[in-house]
Amino acid sequence: MLRIEGLTAGYGAATVLRDLTLSAAPGRITCLMGRNGAGKTTTLKAIMGLVRPQAGRIQLDDTVISDLSPHRVPAQGIGYVPQGRRLFGELSVAQNLRVGLMTRGSGAEVQEEVLDLFPRLRERMGQRADTLSGGEQQMLATARALCLRPRLLLLDEPTEGLQPSMIEAIRQVILTLRDRGAAVLLVEQRIDAVLAMADHVHLIENGRNLEDFDAAQLTRAPDRLRRHLGV
Amino acid sequence: MEFGPYLMLAMLEGAVLAAVLALMASGLSLTFGVMRVVNVAHGEFYMLGAVMAWFVAHLVGGGAAIAFIAAAVIAPLAVGAMAAAADMTILKRIDYDPERTIVATIGLLYVIQQVTLMTYGADARPVEPPFNSRIALPWFEWGEEGLALYYPWGLSTTSYKLFVIAAAAVLILAVRLFMTRTKAGLIMRATQLDSEMATAFGIPVERVYAAVFGIGAGLAALAGVLIVPVQQAHYLMGGDALLLSFIVVIIGGLGSMAGTIVAAILIGMSDGIISVFFSPTLAKILATLLVALVLVFRPQGLFGSRPR
Repeated sequence: MLRIEGLTAGYGAATVLRDLTLSAAPGRITCLMGRNGAGKTTTLKAIMGLVRPQAGRIQLDDTVISDLSPHRVPAQGIGYVPQGRRLFGELSVAQNLRVGLMTRGSGAEVQEEVLDLFPRLRERMGQRADTLSGGEQQMLATARALCLRPRLLLLDEPTEGLQPSMIEAIRQVILTLRDRGAAVLLVEQRIDAVLAMADHVHLIENGRNLEDFDAAQLTRAPDRLRRHLGV
Repeated sequence: MEFGPYLMLAMLEGAVLAAVLALMASGLSLTFGVMRVVNVAHGEFYMLGAVMAWFVAHLVGGGAAIAFIAAAVIAPLAVGAMAAAADMTILKRIDYDPERTIVATIGLLYVIQQVTLMTYGADARPVEPPFNSRIALPWFEWGEEGLALYYPWGLSTTSYKLFVIAAAAVLILAVRLFMTRTKAGLIMRATQLDSEMATAFGIPVERVYAAVFGIGAGLAALAGVLIVPVQQAHYLMGGDALLLSFIVVIIGGLGSMAGTIVAAILIGMSDGIISVFFSPTLAKILATLLVALVLVFRPQGLFGSRPR
């Protein structure tokens, strides 16, 4: 269970998150929504330790991960799929996966499990990551994070700029992970995608909590979401 | 001596310089490629390698070969450890900021240089090569009976100089294999490509930086050890070597190992040939002019990629 309590964080003198509180439970998909600049990406970076908190704490089960060195955070079982994929472009598909496998000392069997979810990557193992199509790059970014066998998976706009068939493939993988008991924290702008997947939505604005919706409220309140998001 | 044999002699001298330069510039290129740090003190690590080789050779004794082997092992390790310590105590504390690291490494340059002057002195001192037999080189000429080989007077080299060329080639190949075939190399390349994402996958980036800074300095020190039986160890020998290394990495493309090797061969060979036929000063002038042309017409260097 991920718990963020009273998180204040930012870049240098600029504070982006202000007293933010949210949670993500195992076996559930939690969506983080908000307008551009609301602090969604910063929240994920703060969980990963890439942005240091000025106040508050981030806890995964019994471990306060906001007290750890940033490079020790992923070893707790946190996989991160960043916005824009951020693959190691000059490395091959196999080497990108190997970086993911090294994080928790995972072996070839984990790679095989991951490749079963993304069979297309099997044919591209020797290819440079930056020569893949956009959809394949998103698959690789997700596969690389799954190589950590994450109990918490953070995804930052994973369907951005993808064609419908790819969006569906990514969605299926997210649902599979949820069914396997992982906690999924998803930053997503597309309301239809959120309504189709989310068990819980945290809406934030200017780095602060604005409103929370559970699954039952979501089906009844898409208009409120649209109004908040300005779409 | 005729032109042909004379040119061959110049090319051999150039090849020795190219080999040492390639080794030293590989260290500079590695440091910049992974850390984005322009290490102005790199020439001093080369000088420290040569000076430490002299100290080790005199402490060990027991024959030139044993003393040289001891120097070739101890000096790069000691210089590498010193550089890694400098990284952790200085560069890490200024967050590897590109501008502040330039100033910091200039400071490091002067500290190393002056400490060397105070302890080692201002004299230039040689280290005996482990072997140094003279090898006469053949040339050919067309005679009445066709192609004939002969040994012109003065056309020769030493077994040690040939060893320097071979050793540098083997070491550069070893660095290449280390970077492309090992887990540690993969970690360094991932850090080079995106240090934030490397952290997000559990790579301790600051430790990687310390290791890379140490390895880069160790390569410069190894180049210093290899050259000290040919040139002498002197506390100011790092200046020219640093200038040539920067020329090489700029022409080759900052951070590109392949480009560094090609540029080292180009600059080393042209320096050797121009120095023999004209003057060493003209060789430096032309190399610097070439850098200016590269910066104007192909700023990313011959093998570098344009920033996207």
